[in-house]
Amino acid sequence: MSMAGAEAPSLRCIVAQKDAPRSFCDRGAALRFTDLARGTSFGGGLRALAGRSVLLATASQLASALALIELEGLARRIVILPPDADPAHLPAIISTAGIDAAVIDDGTPSGNALDGLVRLRCLPAIAPMADKLPPRLHTEWVMMTSGTTGVPKMVVHDLATLTAALQVPSPADGADVWGTFYDIRRYGGLQIYLRAVCGRASLVLSSAGEPVADHLARLAAHGVTHLSGTPSQWRRALMTVPAIEAIAPRYVRLSGEIADQAVLDSLRAAFPNASVGHAYASTEAGVAFDVNDGLAGFPIDYVGAVRNGVAMKILDGTLRIRSCGAAKGYVGGEPLLDAAGFVDTGDIVERHGERFYFAGRKGGIINIGGLKVHPEEIEAVINRHPCVRMSLVRGRQNPVTGSIVVADVVLKGEGLAADKSPQQLALKDDILKHCRETLPRHKVPAAISFVPALKVAATGKLVRRQ
Amino acid sequence: MSIKLTIIEQMEQIAREHGKILAPLKEDLVLADCGLDSLGFAVLVARLEDRLGIDPFSAAEEAVFPVTLGDFVKVYEHGRR
Repeated sequence: MSMAGAEAPSLRCIVAQKDAPRSFCDRGAALRFTDLARGTSFGGGLRALAGRSVLLATASQLASALALIELEGLARRIVILPPDADPAHLPAIISTAGIDAAVIDDGTPSGNALDGLVRLRCLPAIAPMADKLPPRLHTEWVMMTSGTTGVPKMVVHDLATLTAALQVPSPADGADVWGTFYDIRRYGGLQIYLRAVCGRASLVLSSAGEPVADHLARLAAHGVTHLSGTPSQWRRALMTVPAIEAIAPRYVRLSGEIADQAVLDSLRAAFPNASVGHAYASTEAGVAFDVNDGLAGFPIDYVGAVRNGVAMKILDGTLRIRSCGAAKGYVGGEPLLDAAGFVDTGDIVERHGERFYFAGRKGGIINIGGLKVHPEEIEAVINRHPCVRMSLVRGRQNPVTGSIVVADVVLKGEGLAADKSPQQLALKDDILKHCRETLPRHKVPAAISFVPALKVAATGKLVRRQ
Repeated sequence: MSIKLTIIEQMEQIAREHGKILAPLKEDLVLADCGLDSLGFAVLVARLEDRLGIDPFSAAEEAVFPVTLGDFVKVYEHGRR
């Protein structure tokens, strides 16, 4: 049964249920959200935000986590600003979304973009609330896409679309502890936040600039049971030894990027008692499906039939999704759905046997003398080499074929041999041999560089353009 | 290793990797007949850029079209100076 529907209780009602005391914490503070039943993190000013279009611009994730509960049903629109938003885009965001108020904290950058708005400070602390709140409004939740250039698109959801993929929680014992490597102000992280809020679980959030090892140590100290992140974030966590060895989640979840077989196998080996699942979701299309059989890709019977309120089809090679969890549209009215109500995800899928596999993004193709290559497909092959932790394949300009494929590779373990040593050259040869056995010639990298790390963006995804 | 030897070594290696048979690598060998196809040459230019630090074709202001192996080696020797 889905949580979607007009009668869904407000977040404040959900967290006020006394049967499962939940705590939400970051590096600096831990709060009991049940205290929001008669409390507020806004001092006496909450009513000033009633009916407004509010920019959520706190630096702290924990403050945003509190503010979302308080604003749902009170504000007309919540515009969720991701932590890595470019301040230069703020004026355009404010005018396009009709923003007339902002929730800030001590870490919100000062600047004149927020001048002229009603500004209210949210503290990561809950005090008794004197105000009586006005009747509940329908609130729009606006999220930013993680586009690479220009002003991000603003995607309109509401509580019903955002919780469409959530199952009604089983009678909770309050023992579940969720953690996420995502920021909750991105779609993937917000899903985990809502799972924790609606599932009566606790949630361990990361703090800005916190090293992965410190975050993992806190997750271990809180006894994390459910942990979520992108494949890139998981690969980085697996490299964070020994901190990764201290956690023992029951459920490991990947989404946001292609989960290849190598990362699924690594997680199964690292957490033999956990169930490892990967999910497909996007800010526009919502959560489309989960795959829990430990294999990359998804079964072909997911396409065609309607499953859990989600229909999928493949048109011109890309996955299209129609779902009650899909966004309502973009702020500004640009259409999101095609005539049949489907969102084009831009993710290219290919069928091999009884499964579909993600091949890459429509815009991410490298053209090698007229032959099209998806970098993700080559990365999946390189990542299967036993010495490789993660890799990035990119096009390098070439006078003969326009582009040629090269790869940056991060090895497992420490002690990378000296540059151009015989061991290094032998390992490069071995990785290339492994590629030649699996891939056609034009997809085999012309060169491999060993690098200590790859850049992972605040969205949790590998940075593909420099 | 000289530039010429580096080029010949890489050509032989790429031919092995791509399953191609090279013609005898003499100065006056016409490149179009050497046995590498355009992808082979693309890989060669990329590998030489890593080893010699230059891509004389992309760096040149005017288009360079070496015809023989000797011309090709000269482009790299010239690019190095």
